[in-house]
Amino acid sequence: MSVALPIGRRRAGAGVPPGTLAMGTSMLWISVIVLLPLAAVVARSLDGGVDEFWRHVSSRQAVSALRFTLVVALAAAAINAAFGTLIAWVLVRDRFRGKGLVNALIDLPFALPTIVAGLTLLALYGPRSPVGINVALTQAAVLLALLFVTLPFVIRAVQPVLLELDRDMEEAAASLGARPRTIFVRVILPNLSPAILSGAALAFARGVGEFGSVVLISGNIPFHTQVASVFVFKQIESDNPVGAAAVSVVLLLLSLLVLVAIRVLGGWGSRHER
Amino acid sequence: MIAVEHVSKRFGDFTALDDVSLEAPDGKLTALLGPSGSGKSTLLRVIAGLEVPDSGTIVVSGSDATRLPPQKRGIGFVFQHYAAFKHMTLHENVAFGLKIRKRPKADVNAKVGELLHLVGLDGFADRYPSQLSGGQRQRMALARALAVEPSVLLLDEPFGALDANVRGDLRAWLRRLHEEVPVTTVLVTHDQEEAMELADRIVLLRDGKVAQVGAPRELYEQPADSFVMSFLGPVSKLDGRLVRPHDVALSDRPEDGWEEAMVQRVVHLGFEVRVEMVRGDGDEISAQLTRAEAEALEPEAGSIVWLRPPASGVSA
Amino acid sequence: MSAERRSRVGLRVVALGYLAGLLLIPVGVVFYRTFEKGLGAFWASITTPAAVHALFLTLEVALISVPLNAVFGVAAAWALVRGRVPGKRLLDALIDLPFAISPVVVGLSLLLVYGRTGWLGPWLTEHGIQVIFSLPGIVLATIFVSMPFVAREVAPVLAEVGEEQEQAAATLGASAWQSFWRVTLPSIRWGIAYGVVLSTARAIGEFGAVSVVSGKISGETDTLTLLVEKRFQNFDLAGAYAASALLAMIALATLVGMTAVGSRRSES
Repeated sequence: MSVALPIGRRRAGAGVPPGTLAMGTSMLWISVIVLLPLAAVVARSLDGGVDEFWRHVSSRQAVSALRFTLVVALAAAAINAAFGTLIAWVLVRDRFRGKGLVNALIDLPFALPTIVAGLTLLALYGPRSPVGINVALTQAAVLLALLFVTLPFVIRAVQPVLLELDRDMEEAAASLGARPRTIFVRVILPNLSPAILSGAALAFARGVGEFGSVVLISGNIPFHTQVASVFVFKQIESDNPVGAAAVSVVLLLLSLLVLVAIRVLGGWGSRHER
Repeated sequence: MIAVEHVSKRFGDFTALDDVSLEAPDGKLTALLGPSGSGKSTLLRVIAGLEVPDSGTIVVSGSDATRLPPQKRGIGFVFQHYAAFKHMTLHENVAFGLKIRKRPKADVNAKVGELLHLVGLDGFADRYPSQLSGGQRQRMALARALAVEPSVLLLDEPFGALDANVRGDLRAWLRRLHEEVPVTTVLVTHDQEEAMELADRIVLLRDGKVAQVGAPRELYEQPADSFVMSFLGPVSKLDGRLVRPHDVALSDRPEDGWEEAMVQRVVHLGFEVRVEMVRGDGDEISAQLTRAEAEALEPEAGSIVWLRPPASGVSA
Repeated sequence: MSAERRSRVGLRVVALGYLAGLLLIPVGVVFYRTFEKGLGAFWASITTPAAVHALFLTLEVALISVPLNAVFGVAAAWALVRGRVPGKRLLDALIDLPFAISPVVVGLSLLLVYGRTGWLGPWLTEHGIQVIFSLPGIVLATIFVSMPFVAREVAPVLAEVGEEQEQAAATLGASAWQSFWRVTLPSIRWGIAYGVVLSTARAIGEFGAVSVVSGKISGETDTLTLLVEKRFQNFDLAGAYAASALLAMIALATLVGMTAVGSRRSES
């Protein structure tokens, strides 16, 4: 015989609702592990006030590193957007022996440590290159490293969209007289562009912060091949935490911008889903 | 017995239940019938404790269960899409409720065996739900719900996801099961045929309100309004009234007080024959005859017949 | 060959050529260089005391970070998919943060909290607790960077499995915890497994953040990735290749794991 409970208690004896417990635990974990340290960076960057912050951020070396990083990350994102779309196309639409293997290998840059990635590129494209190509200590080396580590982003973003794509549209266009290239440009590409863009944005965000794959192959030459993350590292080594923090804040803001952009793009993409 | 008293429930702007009150008598099968959006599933879930009403009370077996979670209401629930525990065998699925209650292993195995036999699934104990057909999965779901000896059995469109022929078989099977194990049962369905076949009592819902309550025959023969009448069976319009096509009698000879009409079309529906006619004033009406009646009458397109308007009917 | 066939093959060649030149051949060269002097040399190189210690340290760090992030990941996925609480959109955005932050910045952020001159520095020194330049620091850095994986993999699986099984368990008498352990967890196990594989790979491969916080004390705080760099800087190219090959083999094992678990994940 059960007893009537006072009105107002939603669930008898359940204690803390599971959703609240889960949310509370997660937020606590993220706060301690991620937010607290990031707050420390922002705080330290402002240690000498906004003027000091600006001084560190606008130093010649900092500006050079930041500018170079942005340019090369953008270039890598753009190149991998193009090649990534191509590779995704081949993986989805083409059929050949070993395709499954190739598909699995796409994730290699995700699985391989960045320092190892740098070393492998150095082995093939460095001073002891078996094919005579040596890009070590050049800006091209940084681009190469970023191409390696950002390869999977666009491919993995485009593949599912391509798989879900309604072939009917292409067949309709063909029946109306469109040639394959036209179909691709006018029918397929517009449907892929949100995925390509968000993949490229992720690639860009990753490229901007890349460290491990770049350190060995680029020589980290200031004003030439030094990327922002290496600059920050050098500032830490030279016991200049404020300078390091200041430039880090710039990088953080950039990352935040890209994350927001990706979310906005995500909403824009689903507009076409009707 | 289950009593629902003045229950209301809204989802945002949408009113799913509007001051609904009803009773489901002990040991009987009550059907909650209605079109989609009528609130029948919501009502069932409120009874189960899977939804909390905005106002009103639910009384289960004599005590106020409104604020009790589903675990404490002594109910068994069967979902439209089975909700089978996919990672457990049939045996483990059916045993679940008993294991939760920490029954001794021997008792659990005995009970599970008993139930699997009851639902005709002995020998399937070690199979996984993915290896079973939809009908088998639903029978398992029933066994699982019955394992904990609920005082109330709640079924949410249990045959909705099944093929038509399987549905028919399972309907008959459920009726026999209910006769063998007469647990107070509430069944939600949008299929009036199903409700008519299975229920001792039907509660017809529309837009969150009770339209009519009664035995199936009562609802069919004495509908409260045109909605009830149209929902429960075929209707024909006649002079601003709704009548049953079965009740329209036809004759090939003029009879006293009968009307003249011209046959437009004769449709053979297998066991019945529908005769579509147009009356003198241009109104269309159809009558439904048994094969025997049709054979006697031999209606043809273009021929004249006489029809007797039925006495009963509801204003349209 | 028809024009269509020609272009299809042409695309294939370009795609495969790009992948070969960027991924396969470089990795191939490393393996070749590693093993060209024979298996013995390779083995000797990865069984030096420093190397063995680096391997154990790396595994130890992974063994601590991954389970912690797995628990967090399941909790976060639950909150995002099943929770009827405010703050879901914020949580969703925050989980992605580690993906977008440079590892060096991660290292710096930990330095600024747990380092000698950091926020907790004085307190830690007072209590004799060493975080930076020691195991705890490396663990914290690894947890930071590998945080999102389990959450991101489990959330869609949880959403797809749906609530009905849990509701059925409730009607059968199971409490919230019982329902979670017996019904929810088993139904998402492949999502968890996949996330764990990704998280482990990330943990083992971390370099930038660990570079900052570890102090690179040989034989003590060198992880495998730091060992690669150290050997390279010390002109021990063969040694660097050997350690790299080891890490590459672990990476390939990760890919195998991803493929194996990945297919199980989609059959719910």
